[in-house]
Amino acid sequence: MFAYIIRRLLYAIPILIGVNLITFALFFVVNSPDDMARMHLGVKRVTPEAIEKWKEDRGYEKPLLYNSDAGGVGKVTETIFFTKSVRLFAFDFGSADDGRDIGYDIRQRMWPSLAIALPVFLVGLLINITFALLLAFFRATYIDIWGVVLCVVLMSISAMFYIIGGQYLIGKLLHLVPISGFDVVGLETIKFLILPVLIGVVMGIGSGTRWYRTIFLEEIGRDYVRTARAKGLSEPRVLFKHVLRNALIPILTGVVVVIPLLFLGSLLTESFFGVPGLGSYTIDAIQAQDFAIVRAMVFLGSVLYIIGLLLTDISYTVADPRIRLS
Amino acid sequence: MLSQAAIRFWIWPAAIVTGLLLLLWGVPQFLPVRAKYQLTDILIFCLVAGIIFLIAYIRHKPHLLEPWRRVLQSHRAMAAAVVLVFYVVIGLLDSIHFQEPLEGQPASVGHYSVEVPSLFDFLTRSLQEQAEKTYSAPLATHLFVKESVVLEDGTSAQQYPRLEYGGAHLADPPADKWRDVAYTGLQGLLWGLLLWSALAVLVNIWHARTARLSPGASWREIWRGHCHYPLNTMLVTAGILLVVLAILFTLSQKYHVFGTDKVGQDVFYLSLKSIRTGLVIGTLTTLVMLPFAILLGIMAGYFRGWIDDLIQYIYTTLNSIPGVLLIAAAILSIQVYIENHRQLFDSAMDRADLRLLALCVVLGITSWTNLCRLLRGESLKLRELEYVEAARAFGVHHFTILGRHILPNVLHIVLIVIVLEFSGLVLAEAVLSYVGVGVDPSTISWGNMINSARLELAREPVVWWSLVAAFVLMFALVLAANLFADAVRDAFDPRLGRMTRN
Repeated sequence: MFAYIIRRLLYAIPILIGVNLITFALFFVVNSPDDMARMHLGVKRVTPEAIEKWKEDRGYEKPLLYNSDAGGVGKVTETIFFTKSVRLFAFDFGSADDGRDIGYDIRQRMWPSLAIALPVFLVGLLINITFALLLAFFRATYIDIWGVVLCVVLMSISAMFYIIGGQYLIGKLLHLVPISGFDVVGLETIKFLILPVLIGVVMGIGSGTRWYRTIFLEEIGRDYVRTARAKGLSEPRVLFKHVLRNALIPILTGVVVVIPLLFLGSLLTESFFGVPGLGSYTIDAIQAQDFAIVRAMVFLGSVLYIIGLLLTDISYTVADPRIRLS
Repeated sequence: MLSQAAIRFWIWPAAIVTGLLLLLWGVPQFLPVRAKYQLTDILIFCLVAGIIFLIAYIRHKPHLLEPWRRVLQSHRAMAAAVVLVFYVVIGLLDSIHFQEPLEGQPASVGHYSVEVPSLFDFLTRSLQEQAEKTYSAPLATHLFVKESVVLEDGTSAQQYPRLEYGGAHLADPPADKWRDVAYTGLQGLLWGLLLWSALAVLVNIWHARTARLSPGASWREIWRGHCHYPLNTMLVTAGILLVVLAILFTLSQKYHVFGTDKVGQDVFYLSLKSIRTGLVIGTLTTLVMLPFAILLGIMAGYFRGWIDDLIQYIYTTLNSIPGVLLIAAAILSIQVYIENHRQLFDSAMDRADLRLLALCVVLGITSWTNLCRLLRGESLKLRELEYVEAARAFGVHHFTILGRHILPNVLHIVLIVIVLEFSGLVLAEAVLSYVGVGVDPSTISWGNMINSARLELAREPVVWWSLVAAFVLMFALVLAANLFADAVRDAFDPRLGRMTRN
C-alpha cells in the first residue's frame, strides 16, 4: 500500500509538469508579458517605460526560458519559466498584482470555502442517495417515471436561477436569513451559511439523484440481488443492506475525487453570497485579469484533483477488502 | 466507384445541400444587399450540411435507423424535438448576415453600411428600432423611472414619462390598456390558430398520402394516436408554441411584451437573439472537439502501447485542471491577444465572433477528454473482435481498419455524447459569461442578459423581467434538449448513461 501510494505520487509528477507547461504556454508564450502590460495599461497611450516598469513590478522582465546575461546556474534560474512556473512546485505562488502574497491569501480563504462546500457535499450526498434509493424502490412505477422527469426538470434550471431565486424568496421575501455576507466569528457564521448550503444542495438534487438511481438500478439487476430476494429478504432490506453496500464502489469513484476540490469552493455561490473564499478570490482575479492568481489556482486545482484520484484508490480498499493496491 | 444504389442514396442530400448553397449565394444577387458570412455562420452551415448527409447515411443503414425509429416514436422526445426545431429555425435565421448599401446610394456604388444585420434582425426590425430610454416593465406604457417633465402650465414635476413606442397609440393608458392588450392578444391567438391549422392540414395531407387513407380517416388516426409516429403530441406542442409566439409577436408590435432593459432595448428581441449564441456554443463546441476526440480515442484503444500512454497522459493532464479555471486561463489569454491585434479584425462584430468561436474551442478542449476516454475503452474491446483480427491477418492497413471497422462501430457513442453535452454547454455559457470569461460583452446572450440584470436586483421594486425572460427561454431549450437526449440515449444504449456523467 505504502509503495503504491509512493508510485502514484511519482506518476503525478509528469502530469503536474504538463499542467505547468500548459499554463506557462497560455500566460507567457501565447501572449508575451509585453502584451499583458499593454492590455493592463491600456493599448492607446502606453510608453515603453511604463511597460518596462509594469513588467519589473511583477518580475516579468526576465527572458522566458534562457537568460544569456546571467552566469552559471543563473542562465536557467533567472528566467520567467523558473521564477514563475517552476516555483509553483514548492507552492510558492508569488504575489498578486496588488502586491499581496497569494499563498497567504489562499490559506486564509480556503476555510470559508470549505465551510460552505463541505456541508453542501455531505448533505447533498445524503439527500441524493436517499431519493435515488426511493426511486429505485419504486422502479418502473409512476413515482419513478415522474421522479426522473422531475430530476430532468431540476437539471435544466440554470444554477444562477437557483441562487437568485433562493436569495429572493428566502432572503428578501421571507426575511429568514441574511441575503448575503459572511462573518467568521463563532456561531453567527451559521446564519450566513444556511442559505448558500440549502441552495447548493437543491441545485445538485436533479443530476445527483438521477446518477445514483442508475447506479442502484444497475446493481439491482445483478445475481446476488436475486439470491437475496429468493432467500426471502424484504425489499427494503435488500436495497439498504445489499444494494447500497455493493453500489459503494461506483459511488466512491465519482464522489471521493471531488473532496479535495471542496477547498476551491464554488465560483457562483461564493460570488453571489459574498463569501470571502477561494471561489470569489478566483472570480475577482479573473475579472481583474490578475494572471498570477489564475495561474496559481490552475496549479492548485490540478494538485487537488490528483490527490482526489489517489484518495479514490485508497477508499476502494476501505470499501471493499477484496481490492488490494499493489 | 460508387454503385448505382449508393448514387441514388447520396443524390438527394447532395441536391438539397447544393440547392441551399445556391439559395444562400443566389438570392442576395437579386437584392440590393451584400451577403456577409461570419466564421461561426460558415461553421453552422457546414454543420447543417453534415446533418443532412448524416440523415441520408442513416436512412440506408437499417441497424442505424432502428434506434432512431424508437426515438421518433417516443412522445416525450418528439414533443421536445418540436421545441428544438423552433429554436433551430430562429438560430438559423439569425445566422444569415448581410449588409445593406448606404442610405441614398445605389448598390452598384459598392458602399455598404457598417451594420451587419441578420435575416432575423430584418424580420424583427420593428422590435429593434423601438428602443426606449431605459427600463420599462412588460406591457408598460410608462417608463420605470421618474423623470422631470415639463407640464403644460410650464412648471416641471417628477413623473413617470410615457414610453415612446410601448402603448403609444393609447389615448388614456390606465383605462384602455388592458382592453387593448386583450384585444391584441386575441388577434394573435387567431393568427396562431390559423398558422396551426395550415400546419395541421399539411401534416394530414402527408399522413393521408403515406398511409393511403381518406383525409377524414387519416385525421382520426392521428388524433387517436394510431399512426406510426406520435403526430398528435407533435401537433399539440407545435400548436401551443405557435399560439404563444403569435400572441407575443402581435403584442410586441404595440408593446414591449417582456419590457425593456437598461438602454431601452426590447427584452423580447434580446432573448430571442440570444438563441443563436446558445445554439452555437452547444453545437460548434462538439463539432470542434470531435475530430480530436475520435482520432485520439480510437487510436489509443486500437494501437495501445506508447501511443495509448501518450494520449492517456494528454487527457489526464487536461482533465486534471478544473474546467472553469482552464477556460478562464485560455479566454484571458485570447482576450489579451484580441486586444493587442485589433488591426486584424474589420469590426467589433468580427472580434466578438472570433471570441465566440474561441470560447467554443476552449470549451471543446475541456470537454473532449470524456468522449476520448469512452472511445478508447470501446476500441479496446473492438480490437479483440474476430472481424478486426481477420482484417489484421489479411494485412489491411491499420488506418483502413480504424476507418472501416472501428469508427462505424463507435459512432453511436459519439452521437450520444454530442446530444448529452449540448444542454450542459448551453447552461455553461451563462455561468461563464457571468464569471467574465464567456462570450464578448457585446454579444447578445442569455449569460450577458442575466449578468447585466443581476445588478438591478437590489432596486426597489425589482427589475425582474430580463432575468425571467432569459431564464425561461434557456430553461425551455435545455429541458427540450435533455428530454430529447434521454430518449436518444435510451434508444441507443441504456447502459451508457452511467459512463457519460460529467
